[in-house]
Amino acid sequence: MRVSGEQLADLLAMWRIRVLEETILSLRLDGRIVGSVHLENGQEAIPVGACRMLRPQDALYSTYRGHGWALARGVPATGIMAELLYRRTGVNGGRGGSAHFSAPEYGFYGENSIVGAGAPIAVGAALAAKFDGSGRVAVTVFGDGAMNQGGVTEAMNMAAAMDLPVVFICENNKYSELTPINDMVRNPDLSARAHALGIPAVRVDGNDPAQVATAVGLAVTTAEHGRGPTFIEATTRRIVGHYIGDAQSYRPAGELAEDEKHEPIVRLKKQLTLQGVTAETLDGVEQRARTEIAAATERALAAPLSDPSTAREHLYV
Amino acid sequence: MSETAKLTYGGAINAALARCLEQMPETLLFGEDVALPGGVFGVTRGLRKAFGERVFDTPISETAMLGAAVGAAMTGRRPIVEIMWADFMLVAFDQIVNQAANVRYVSEGRLAAPLTIRTQQGNAPGACAQHSQNLEALLLHVPGIRVAMPVDAQDAYDLTLSAVTCDDPVVVIENRTLYAGAKSEVRIGGPVEPIGGHRLRRAGDDVTIVTWGAITGSVEAAVDLVAEDGISADVIEAVWLNPFDTEAVLASVRRTGRLLVVHEANLTGGFGAEVVARVCESGVPLSAPPRRVGALDTRIPAAVQLAQAVLPQTGDIVDALRAVTGK
Ligand SMILES: Cc1ncc(C[n+]2csc(CCOP(=O)(O)OP(=O)(O)O)c2C)c(N)n1
Ligand SMILES: [Mg+2]
Repeated sequence: MRVSGEQLADLLAMWRIRVLEETILSLRLDGRIVGSVHLENGQEAIPVGACRMLRPQDALYSTYRGHGWALARGVPATGIMAELLYRRTGVNGGRGGSAHFSAPEYGFYGENSIVGAGAPIAVGAALAAKFDGSGRVAVTVFGDGAMNQGGVTEAMNMAAAMDLPVVFICENNKYSELTPINDMVRNPDLSARAHALGIPAVRVDGNDPAQVATAVGLAVTTAEHGRGPTFIEATTRRIVGHYIGDAQSYRPAGELAEDEKHEPIVRLKKQLTLQGVTAETLDGVEQRARTEIAAATERALAAPLSDPSTAREHLYV
Repeated sequence: MSETAKLTYGGAINAALARCLEQMPETLLFGEDVALPGGVFGVTRGLRKAFGERVFDTPISETAMLGAAVGAAMTGRRPIVEIMWADFMLVAFDQIVNQAANVRYVSEGRLAAPLTIRTQQGNAPGACAQHSQNLEALLLHVPGIRVAMPVDAQDAYDLTLSAVTCDDPVVVIENRTLYAGAKSEVRIGGPVEPIGGHRLRRAGDDVTIVTWGAITGSVEAAVDLVAEDGISADVIEAVWLNPFDTEAVLASVRRTGRLLVVHEANLTGGFGAEVVARVCESGVPLSAPPRRVGALDTRIPAAVQLAQAVLPQTGDIVDALRAVTGK
């Protein structure tokens, strides 16, 4: 089987996120980052597959679980790391922190720590596109749990009614914090809700970047041609706690071990091996990501902390 | 029958909730992750097991949760809802302000909404702007909603009990930095206290300090520091902000002639302004202009060193104490 350049690029992109998250975890554990941090381990295929289909003019809105989305969107690792480490060189000088940063110059319009709040905002970015000739498509990502937030349904309906260029991506990792989604809904097919609103909806394997990319590519084309929103449910599993320190005792025995077998990096590596890629090549990809993130972390740590005397700046124009 | 138990702040709330569920069969306890997981801060641990279906997890649907609390309360239940962070209450503010607060008044007393919202607020190091706000003034501006803010384990127990027993909507604002602190002896099982009142945390003659919430700890520290300079203060902790114990404040200021209000919330439109206004309007003679210490009027940055510049620190309270007493 032929190995496509995209497969190796996806592997690298996923490794970059994985290593970024691992590094953030260790910085959090040794106290250089404090407070709540939400990692994306196991879910990397979704940002990687999705962002590869976005254009510079597109606007992405993620959740608090957004480091990987930012990285995949092109935000430099140093800027992200420095943000989490409260440095002057952070993308927001430390004001946003792990859960609430943005970098609009890269089409990353920001994380959001209010569950579901990004969806209506993305509708607004799509609304603006209708008037500004930018051709922008707005993409909003949220979790399975966020589907139960009223604002998300309001946003989907408004986008549908107005044929707005929005891509709704639901990262269905089966849990909202410590609670399984199946206890919180009667119909576990979340994409059915989009169907009910007249929005074309697909469910893809969110651990396969290629499947995600195909769905997002189609959704972007649909949106840019004025045919309105698409809903993509990408099924996945996080292989870390909801937050750092989450003991995950809510998981049934053996679930995590099973999920680790199917996580996207393990899976793509297995696939590439079957396609004849050598272990050496695969290790080289991982090593490239490790070298890049290590250098970025070093640069971030070397930068000065942002200056407390600036704390009042930027409230108004 | 009253007995004592060694409990953390979070444990005291748990004990109060258990007692409510035990003694008031009409109580329901629900919220995100509260039942099977026992709460993201562990405050409701064990309650599902002990009380079964009356303790349940909800979808991430604050509007449905609070609306359901209003409806269940109107029809004879006594719901206790956890809103994980006060910031999230804003998603469903309609159900508090337009709905719960109006039930009794507009129905001419034919209906009631005996519900309790437990939430927690404030900054903790590294928390983002959407997980750091102090929102009590928004609630205090709304007639019809009672507001309590416990700081120690005993109050956490007592105020929770009084809130749940109250036949009107009550918001109990807790603080996540306190949940897992040191254990202390808590009297449990005693009579339910009526809502209202204050706690005198320090007694002194030079100045009256009115404060509430977790920053009470910084106020106590500041008062202990200036004691060396011969400054003594009454520290009135307003554990109930609605009803607010105006009389206790006036009685103290009448004696000290000086007023300092300290809260973690930002100054403009904060409840400190209301306290100052009440004292000034009362005509109690003041020997120095009243002062307030609160956060800067800005958003809360995640960076710890920036947040420290925005939020009131012990040193700011010390400075204000020196300024207001002239010592
Ligand atoms: C309005 C609101 N309610 C509750 C929370 C607390 N909270 C943060 S993340 C989360 C779970 C979200 O689950 P899901 O949407 O599935 O996303 P995931 O974290 O699994 O990616 C909850 C309840 C919040 N941040 N905002
Ligand atoms: Mg989820």
